[in-house]
Amino acid sequence: MDFDLSEEQRLLKESVDGLLTDSYDFDARKKYMKEKGGWSKAMWGKLAEQGLLGLPFAEADGGFGAGGVETMIVMEALGKALVLEPYLATVVIGGGFLRHGGSDAQKAAYVPAIIDGSKTFAFAQVEKNSRYDLHDVTTTAKKKGNGWVIDGEKFVVLNGENADVLIVTARTKGERRDKTGVGVFLVPANAKGITKKSYPTQDGLHAADITFTGVEVGADAVIGNPDDSLALIERVVDDARTALCAEAVGLMDESLKTTVEYLKTRKQFGVAIGTFQSLQHRASDMFVAVEQARSMSMFATMAADSDDAKERARSIAAAKVQIGKSLKFVGQQSIQLHGGIGMTMEAKIGHYFKRLTMIENTFGDTDYHLRRVTEAGGLM
Amino acid sequence: MDLAFTKEEMAFREEVREFFKNNVPPETRRKLVEGRHLSKDEMVTWWRILNKKGWGVSHWPKEYGGTGWTSVQHYIFNEELQSYPAPAPLAFGVSMVGPVIYTFGNEEQKKKYLPRIANVDDWWCQGFSEPGSGSDLASLKTKAERKGDKWIINGQKTWTTLAQHADMIFCLCRTDPSAKKQTGISFIVFSMKSKGVTVRPIQTIDGGVEVNEVFFDDVEVPYENLIGEENKGWDYAKFLLGNERTGIARVGMSKERIRRIKDLASKVESNGRPVIEDPGFREKLAACEIELKALELTQLRVVADENKHGKGKPNPASSVLKIKGSEIQQTTTELLMEVIGPLAAPFDVHGEDGSNEAMEWTAQIAPTYFNYRKVSIYGGSNEIQRNIIAKAVLGL
Ligand SMILES: Cc1cc2nc3c(=O)[nH]c(=O)nc-3n(C[C@H](O)[C@H](O)[C@H](O)COP(=O)(O)OP(=O)(O)OC[C@H]3O[C@@H](n4cnc5c(N)ncnc54)[C@H](O)[C@@H]3O)c2cc1C
Repeated sequence: MDFDLSEEQRLLKESVDGLLTDSYDFDARKKYMKEKGGWSKAMWGKLAEQGLLGLPFAEADGGFGAGGVETMIVMEALGKALVLEPYLATVVIGGGFLRHGGSDAQKAAYVPAIIDGSKTFAFAQVEKNSRYDLHDVTTTAKKKGNGWVIDGEKFVVLNGENADVLIVTARTKGERRDKTGVGVFLVPANAKGITKKSYPTQDGLHAADITFTGVEVGADAVIGNPDDSLALIERVVDDARTALCAEAVGLMDESLKTTVEYLKTRKQFGVAIGTFQSLQHRASDMFVAVEQARSMSMFATMAADSDDAKERARSIAAAKVQIGKSLKFVGQQSIQLHGGIGMTMEAKIGHYFKRLTMIENTFGDTDYHLRRVTEAGGLM
Repeated sequence: MDLAFTKEEMAFREEVREFFKNNVPPETRRKLVEGRHLSKDEMVTWWRILNKKGWGVSHWPKEYGGTGWTSVQHYIFNEELQSYPAPAPLAFGVSMVGPVIYTFGNEEQKKKYLPRIANVDDWWCQGFSEPGSGSDLASLKTKAERKGDKWIINGQKTWTTLAQHADMIFCLCRTDPSAKKQTGISFIVFSMKSKGVTVRPIQTIDGGVEVNEVFFDDVEVPYENLIGEENKGWDYAKFLLGNERTGIARVGMSKERIRRIKDLASKVESNGRPVIEDPGFREKLAACEIELKALELTQLRVVADENKHGKGKPNPASSVLKIKGSEIQQTTTELLMEVIGPLAAPFDVHGEDGSNEAMEWTAQIAPTYFNYRKVSIYGGSNEIQRNIIAKAVLGL
């Protein structure tokens, strides 16, 4: 048993933390947010330069062949700095589909463009009534000649505004909630028949609702088996959940640190409010919650590389439950202990709270995953 | 012991309900249900309707325009108002400065201010908190110096709710710097249009602007704008803060929220079925309803006691109502977040690309969740309320 990072992983952590300390303070973030699509192209270029966009890809595909721990390190750091750039959508999810399901030709066509930062991705999966069920798909893909025609509506597609490539889940067979008959398609964002409504999300990211009307793609657009790709989707979404757990740990770490600093400096009744025992206990409970979350983030990271789909799914679901509970407590109490200041856009703490809140509602909330763990018979 | 309302009280409830049904502008009601912000106009229009009916300042003494209702009637009125829902009367005027003026002000002040408060001819705001003085309000630094028949006021207030709409402010100012904390403070009212008053909006995490910083730079105020006695302002402030007892629980509002949760939960799907059919969700909702029932009865005990023995001194029970009331309000906003799940994310759907009908009904749910974190912070934070219970009730 060893929870320590290897020498290489330690260096990775230092370099990504260093980069973000230098170029991602709260004021810089505000500037990046104002750029088109809500994040900074220049910053994305810097992430590429440091090799961060190529981490999980095989060396044969031009990447570094890194594993889940490396992604955890990066996501934690991105969380800590409240980063806006589409790492999750592009490297973890877009890259994930290519790594786990892409053909050699698809990898050759897209992986280099992810690694050098020239293309970003978005995952068009959520539908109006699908909620968190990945198999609940009404968007259709119908065969036409060798290719496919896609019709349907997808909601809250993160990075949908800026992405060059969309990864779309669509039904090729069966009824709305059938577990078979769902395929995955690579669609250029500028394909004919795509319309987008873009908007900022509650946490300052950007998303789009995307409508597909008779969008035609070739046979080479299909990732995996067009009639049966749920297992692939689940695998990639499990990677995404794991990455979100790590991001949340970074966010919580920073929230706790910021709050503790505030408790030490804010004075009322002639003393620092951190001298009040009730607040000390609250901060201690926050610390407990963060540590429990960190442990489960590691647990998810270890499980994510497993090929046993059942074991992987329930371990990651369990992690998402713990993260969900912890982030709610840490997020809410961070605001409470800041008093009025915590309620303002000007203070950074509220932005951490909002991002944490949105993570809870992405790819399954606490109740959803609790039900999955329960249905799997628990963990022990 | 009898937990039922009398026949007269029930008839009164009907009368109130009927009035709201016929008089609250539908658009105003819809906005409240969806958690949207009302414009100044929409609020004032409704308050004037209420005032015309004679219910604008219902709890004031009859001689100043009150109704003479019993405590139970006030309770019923508030519950119906919140649960309809209709906008509550502007607390800063009606519940805060009004009672201070009719209790401690002179005749001239009563004549000058009270009718204008009742009809919202003046919009009032509350200038208590300062950057360095929140929970420890008595440490406030804003200074009023007497110069002949004028006060010269310098300093800064903050978190001033809706100061951007305000015509008048009531302010706690330090008038005797040599006295110890609580004793050198006076209660002074003045026009927000005075020279030297600057309002700077503060955007809150939900994206709205409901609070402000207010700066005073050599603001000249007539000496006669002092309410009550010089250096007695702290007593009036305590009176003002202790006045709000039962409204603070906002039981009616939480009931309305629970109806909305049920409504949305029967429209939104989870697992291919309406969320309301999800056993885990139903249990959480039921648990919240039970807490709310307990709070309602706790509140009714306070009301019944007032009905029998009159209002008397501020009651530490108000701390119980504040803590539980705010926690339940926050829980209802969390449940709404759970109902809509991933569709909570879009912000400002009317933004850059025009309106997005499909999402409109969900648009305010996350902002309301964020915004309601305030209810455990303001009005004496929940930590401060627990300190009060520990000291004043439990003798610790
Ligand atoms: C939306 C909003 C609207 C408001 N509107 C108005 C208004 O119109 N007019 C006005 O005058 N004010 C208004 N306020 C101010 C409000 O009353 C203060 O925010 C509140 O008193 C807390 O003060 P603070 O923000 O300075 O926090 P602080 O007092 O600095 O408190 C920070 C944290 O320390 C805790 N704490 C402080 N002292 C103790 C203690 N002794 N023991 C344990 N814990 C403690 C608090 O509970 C809190 O968690 C508003 C606030 C908000 C958020």
